[in-house]
Amino acid sequence: MHFARTLAATAVTVALTAGAAAHAAISDDAVKIGILTDLSGTYSDLAGPGVVVAAEMAIADVGGKVAGKPVVLLKADHQNKADIAANKAREWGDVEKVDAYVDLVTTSTALAVMEIAKQNQKVVLISGAGSSRITNEDCNPTTVHWTYDTYALAKGTGSAVVKEGGKTWFFLTADYAFGQNLQKDVAAVVEANGGKVLGAVKHPFPASDFSSFILQAQASGAQVIGLANAGSDTTNAIKAANEFGVVQGGQKLAGLLVFISDVHSLGLPVAQGLTLTTGFYWDYDDKTREWSKRFFDKTGKMPTMVQAGVYSSLMHYFKAIEATGSDDGPTVVKKMKETPVEDFFARNGKIREDGRMVHDMYLAEVKKPAESKAPWDYYKILRVIPGDEAYLPLAESKCPLVKKS
Amino acid sequence: MDLFNIPLPAILSQLVVGLINGSFYALLSLGLAIIFGLLNIINFAHGAQYMLGAFAAWFGLQYLGINYWVALLVAPLAVGAFGMLLERTMLSRLYREDHLYGLLLTFGLALIIEGLFVQGFGVSGNPYATPEALRGPVNLGFMMLPKYRLWVIVVSVVVCIACWLVIERTKLGAYLRAGTENPRLLQAFGVNVPLMITLTYGFGVALAALAGVLAAPIFQVSPKMGSDLIIVVFAVVVIGGMGSILGSIVTGLGLGVIEGATKVVWPEASNTVIFVIMAIVLLVRPAGLFGKEK
Repeated sequence: MHFARTLAATAVTVALTAGAAAHAAISDDAVKIGILTDLSGTYSDLAGPGVVVAAEMAIADVGGKVAGKPVVLLKADHQNKADIAANKAREWGDVEKVDAYVDLVTTSTALAVMEIAKQNQKVVLISGAGSSRITNEDCNPTTVHWTYDTYALAKGTGSAVVKEGGKTWFFLTADYAFGQNLQKDVAAVVEANGGKVLGAVKHPFPASDFSSFILQAQASGAQVIGLANAGSDTTNAIKAANEFGVVQGGQKLAGLLVFISDVHSLGLPVAQGLTLTTGFYWDYDDKTREWSKRFFDKTGKMPTMVQAGVYSSLMHYFKAIEATGSDDGPTVVKKMKETPVEDFFARNGKIREDGRMVHDMYLAEVKKPAESKAPWDYYKILRVIPGDEAYLPLAESKCPLVKKS
Repeated sequence: MDLFNIPLPAILSQLVVGLINGSFYALLSLGLAIIFGLLNIINFAHGAQYMLGAFAAWFGLQYLGINYWVALLVAPLAVGAFGMLLERTMLSRLYREDHLYGLLLTFGLALIIEGLFVQGFGVSGNPYATPEALRGPVNLGFMMLPKYRLWVIVVSVVVCIACWLVIERTKLGAYLRAGTENPRLLQAFGVNVPLMITLTYGFGVALAALAGVLAAPIFQVSPKMGSDLIIVVFAVVVIGGMGSILGSIVTGLGLGVIEGATKVVWPEASNTVIFVIMAIVLLVRPAGLFGKEK
């Protein structure tokens, strides 16, 4: 009798646990991915439709299913506006039951969506946005910042240029969260290495005519003109600098965030010699080449680090869902943080408690036209920057999730 | 000698750079003013037509081996012809309707054209090499100005003055002005007014395309280049006075200079200063600086 009772109790317990497990499993019988990116504006070449292609590749590579449930892809154009991104994210969370917000190019949109994720516990996989605030003072438990950030750019390009003798700096800064953050991070690196910031000009975002700002930078007499902006702002600034003879005048340009799409649109004659930091280069080794060729076959372009990062982050996300059998935000992100990241994109990758995916970064120089052997053969990798050196040390983090011993 | 603690050469060079932007404003607002004067159409597709001019030059160089100098002539003709096609097939149906319909139609056209180009070419754009003869700088004493920029100022001022002379001093111009005042009476005198309207629209569009070709070597040739500019140009037209030829030229150049000065003193405000001026002008002189009250 006693035995029978125990058996019955066990059966009930098992049934209950199984029920709970089923409850924790995939919600709404689908894993829903919502891409929020710039599909038509300034950043649509470095992110945009290419990000959608990368996500589709990731979904195809898991056979369209994760943990036995279909993966559904939604996409929307946030037009680089925080309010549009936030409204869409809220709608997707409430109505469409999206499980993860992906990409978010432009820092202001990323911060806005992270605010919503704080309430609805959805996963945020950021690839496009760059501000180091995302995993520093504004960090949140379900956000993972994948590809790069302003700290790593500053650390890579900033310290390399100062070491080459570029001691005095003048910044052209895009007048919004990302630009200001990038300038701040680079200025800190410059000063820590014994350099000096002579001045800065905040330009409207986006701006088209940079000649006036370039003249101010020339007049400052700084050895280095740091471009704390991105996309078409960077290309237009480089073009104006080229036209006004900045390099011939003995000053050096430092593109603090340069994507391969920018170099492609400028052409090597104008872009040659630029030093830059990137999280990914298609021609780095066999693994990067193999994936990038597949991407190229679909788009006719080589991937930017943002696009490659989206694929990589989604694959890692899918793996975590597969392993936990759940698409619950905190559960999945916990698993993602436990699992090392090692794929074509990330070398020695790991996601820290602040949400930063730390991986090796590359210091590169844009080739001279004569050195480029094939289309898209643009970069010489000068140095691999180990992840722990590239990203903000946890000891200096202001993120409340980081437990200080 | 310093002004606001900024050395004089720096101020002068900023004013020159402002003048270059002003040249583009003047060319574009001139086209808008001519179109508005005769057709009463607020041509919101002007920015897209400017972009088409730049793209036509780029296509020519890339695929047809047409160099810059030929493009300077051919691109405006081609884009102008496209404009005339639009006028005949669509705009001409709207002359009796309210201004608003023309604005909506041209705005829609602009979005479609721009969207198609973004789809086809991406937003980053393509580089267009500065023609050999205009490479390198000129020493102005206080600054090294790229030759090409100087060329832009010269071309734009010459074209603007020529347009103004034609409209104010020739018989053709007299017809145009008469058409603006009273098209029916002019038709009664035996002038083919519909043809004149078509040609005028084509000419206004060609001016936009010419500005586009001039801009190609300076900016990236990209689908968005027009939409960045068009709002400012509309502000210029409003400040100068809708439909005023001289007003649009003078305010175009003047506002370029003011914007240039703002970029030195308070760069963050450089994209709003023109709209602040617009608001003030509208309060004080609702018809614009050079416009006539009707």
